[in-house]
Amino acid sequence: MKQRAAVLGTGQTHHKAKRQDVSMAGLLREAIDRAMADAQVGWDDIDAVVIGKAPDLFEGVMMPELYLADALGATGKPLLRVHTAGSVGGSTSIVAASLVQSGEHRRVLTVAYEKQSESNAMWALSIPIPFNMPVGAGAGGYFAPHVRSYIRRSGAPEVVGAMVAAKDRRNGSLNPYAHLQQSDITVEQVQASQMLWDPIRYDETCPSSDGACAMVIGDEASGDAAAEGVAWIHATSMRTEPTTFAGRDQVNPQAGRDAATQLWRDAGITDPLSEVDAAEIYVPFSWFEPMWLENLGFTAEGEGWKLTESGETALGGQLPVNPSGGVLCSNPIGASGMLRMSEAAKQVMGKAGDYQVDSARKAVGHAYGGGSQYFALWLVGAEKPE
Amino acid sequence: MSRVSVVGFAQSDCVRQTPGTTNGVEMLVPTLAEAFERTGLSKSDIGFWCSGSSDYLAGRAFSFISAVDAIGAFPPINESHVEMDAAWALYEAWVKIRTGEVDTALVYGFGKSSAGTLRRVLSLQTDPYTVAPLWPDSISIAALQARLGLESGRWSEKDMAEVAARSLADARDNPQAQRSGDVSVADLLDAPLTADPLRAHDIAPITDGASVIILAAEDRARDIVSRPAAITGIEHRVDSPVLGARDLTRSPSTEMAGAALDVKDIDVAELHAPFTHQELILRGALGLGDDVRISPSGGALAGNPMFSAGLSRIGEAARRVMAGDADRALAHATSGPALQQNLVAVMEAQQ
Amino acid sequence: MTTEAPPLSEPLEIQFDYTRSLGPVLGRFMTGLAERRIEGVRGSDGRVHVPPVEYDPVTAAPLSEFVEVGQEGTVLTWSWCADPVAGQPIQRPFAWALIQLDGADTALLHAVDVDSPERIRTGMRVRVRWADEPVGHIRDIAYFAPADAPDDQPPPPMSPAPPAAEDDGIMITPIKLGYDHTVSPEESRYLRALGEGKLIGQRCPKCEKVYLPPRGACPTDGVPTTTEVELPDTGIVTTFCIVNVPFLGQQITPPYVVAYILLDGADIAFLHLVRGCDADEVRMGMRVRAHWRPREEWVTSMRNIAHFEPTGEPDAPYESYAHHL
Repeated sequence: MKQRAAVLGTGQTHHKAKRQDVSMAGLLREAIDRAMADAQVGWDDIDAVVIGKAPDLFEGVMMPELYLADALGATGKPLLRVHTAGSVGGSTSIVAASLVQSGEHRRVLTVAYEKQSESNAMWALSIPIPFNMPVGAGAGGYFAPHVRSYIRRSGAPEVVGAMVAAKDRRNGSLNPYAHLQQSDITVEQVQASQMLWDPIRYDETCPSSDGACAMVIGDEASGDAAAEGVAWIHATSMRTEPTTFAGRDQVNPQAGRDAATQLWRDAGITDPLSEVDAAEIYVPFSWFEPMWLENLGFTAEGEGWKLTESGETALGGQLPVNPSGGVLCSNPIGASGMLRMSEAAKQVMGKAGDYQVDSARKAVGHAYGGGSQYFALWLVGAEKPE
Repeated sequence: MSRVSVVGFAQSDCVRQTPGTTNGVEMLVPTLAEAFERTGLSKSDIGFWCSGSSDYLAGRAFSFISAVDAIGAFPPINESHVEMDAAWALYEAWVKIRTGEVDTALVYGFGKSSAGTLRRVLSLQTDPYTVAPLWPDSISIAALQARLGLESGRWSEKDMAEVAARSLADARDNPQAQRSGDVSVADLLDAPLTADPLRAHDIAPITDGASVIILAAEDRARDIVSRPAAITGIEHRVDSPVLGARDLTRSPSTEMAGAALDVKDIDVAELHAPFTHQELILRGALGLGDDVRISPSGGALAGNPMFSAGLSRIGEAARRVMAGDADRALAHATSGPALQQNLVAVMEAQQ
Repeated sequence: MTTEAPPLSEPLEIQFDYTRSLGPVLGRFMTGLAERRIEGVRGSDGRVHVPPVEYDPVTAAPLSEFVEVGQEGTVLTWSWCADPVAGQPIQRPFAWALIQLDGADTALLHAVDVDSPERIRTGMRVRVRWADEPVGHIRDIAYFAPADAPDDQPPPPMSPAPPAAEDDGIMITPIKLGYDHTVSPEESRYLRALGEGKLIGQRCPKCEKVYLPPRGACPTDGVPTTTEVELPDTGIVTTFCIVNVPFLGQQITPPYVVAYILLDGADIAFLHLVRGCDADEVRMGMRVRAHWRPREEWVTSMRNIAHFEPTGEPDAPYESYAHHL
């Protein structure tokens, strides 16, 4: 049967556009060393390593975990490499958790990263494929039409996208690791920024970051023995659907709804909005906050923007969303999902510093990837699950 | 802790070049159908899906995403993917079943090795600062390893040729093999060196292919097939990437994985050895004696579809257990330059 | 009776000059190479690693004690590369070798320039041959030669030297790979029909949805799509964006409208361009028609349709396409 598991410690890099001061291994170790210090474990305590990142083409290294084995302290240990597109940081966390939940290991190190400055993600995602129209314009070009669909379907006022961006950027200024630090950005400034992929404006998009995130996940005994608070993993879920198919709902994908339904069921949550204290949701373009609020079941369909507009997703609101600043402040692609998972954990561990949500007991971490088709979710709590 | 069993296996033909796409759909659709037919299951019976493949093999980011078209993944599925040989996807699925969350899983791997220049693409698996910029091809790296063993007396060219001759002879009974034949060791040794000290017969062919395994929790497995292959243990380890700091004539990661398992009384071992000398290293690392039947499928030398060849070794070993040809079987998968990463599984007939 | 032509295939090339930031250990090593000096790093067990490793292979601890080593060394093992591939240091038959430099405890992988496999052996002494213009890159070691080879021996043909980086602590690694990109038999039939100005979709035998382009398998049913359906070149815009952002590798000059086009009779939309009106006039539900390139330019590609343009007909009501969003 499933064993209990807990996040014992988390760590992340200072995310920047170009971390030219470190190699890839050095970037990973910055996050790993912090996570292991936070968890108060040494290399001998680690039974296995699970690493995740987005496409190998971003760094030009095929299966970089092979070359990284020594730097990850993985030599002589089991090493797994997960790749599920943009959700990879989330699914990597879940795979690492399952190694403990299955009873296979006591303590697992998990890490995810992207070093975007080694190449150019827009290039890698828009390589012209023979016979195809060269209409690809990176992730923004892919998602902007679906944002337009959301606005049309929900009737949301245009200001909502700007409100999310201004909120997340101000949150990010409370997070010393965040790439963008914009403590005094206003909604009006966001609205005045350049339209990149109409209807998405410059300030409503995520930056391109170098960064890494790591966690140590341990079994029940390790969680019990921890000196400081740990984040107990109450439930995890993953779902996938094809990129395109006839009748696919690309605004509110079934895979995301199914993943959320399972998560709430397994975590024993009947009313997510009142029972969850903080949410770290994968929002690379600001409009995805209301879209995912609906997809995750925090609000009814078409109502997500109202929660945002009311201010209830800001720090101090009913459901603070991305108190860390989220993907809109730091986007080391492969690590972004794990950052969501670890920031949720930090909230219930009481280690979120200046962006700590008061008395957060339950928090959700969310990641998605591909064409809104891969979803990974976890719910963590300050108390042990039933 | 409940055990997990292999209940179904299917693989595509191993071919030098498939006319299909790099996303593997054309190879996967019939292979998935065959695996379902053999188990009587359908996609709605599968609790978890996990695949293994490589973007660099296909030459494009997110190449694995199109492969889910082969599944018909709607309603949405509980799914994951490793950028590794699908043997490690099987490991992830095995773990998932052992958490108790699901009681069945389908694992698949695919690769179109012929799309690019395989030996050159694989050089990108080496250290990106001090090694990969030299583009050391995978065959040259394996040849460095072979010479170390030859000159230290750990194996001979004849030992290597014997591996090739036995593999090709065994592959005559494998209708999906890419290479097979009746060749004498003497004739093989008369052939020229193609990558001194390697000859053509020492090197696995370039292969396109796909394979599928279905797993089930032990108590569920019995309802699916009469004689499931229960996985009694599965372990994997990785070695240092530094070729010049490793003893390349050994495989410490295989030794460690084997030491964590009970590898006694093995009838059949399917070893993933893309080069003849690597089989010799693996047999030593796992302590497999002359009484163990090695790679009766013909092994990787008869067909080495990248990213599914390791999974196929597990499938071939399981198939022999399920068919009653073996009571206990071992399977091995490898990844990375010169046997850097290795996985070992032991299966026995579920009574 | 006609025989089906093989699936269409075209070369796919991916090329990028990766900018690798090196960090303190590799940075010092590469800087040394630019100054024709080879430095290793001492591991926790006292071994000197050349090339240096950033983290100890035994303890995973960061390493920082540098040790300069010799420029001559001993071949520990070698293999013969009879048919070099692009990018390998020497572009004629040569030997790969693991070379233990004097003073080092681990071996470096590099190329050795000898005429034939008869001219190299394990235990042979070899010496570094430096690139003419070192830039702080592993290829500053151009190759190795037998230690007793004369200094004035002409160099072998070599791969182009890597470019120098503009910033310190960076090395540039060009990666260029070529692939055969093949499309499925279904998509090949569709592309060949496009070459004749026809839009041929396929109907899934199970769900009966019409896919254009056709897929190798129906994404919801996992079965091959078989029945062909010819579609008109008219349809609607379901949703769209206006691309204003320039980026590396872009093939169309911004601003331009990228829209999901749902052809009349199709059950799935595809991305294409909309022109023939101002970008801010494009609407969800707008009726459009294909604007084909001149017939003599037609190839087996969706590029035969230059773009879609408004027909001037009334917009489709939102309800008629809401389920395609």
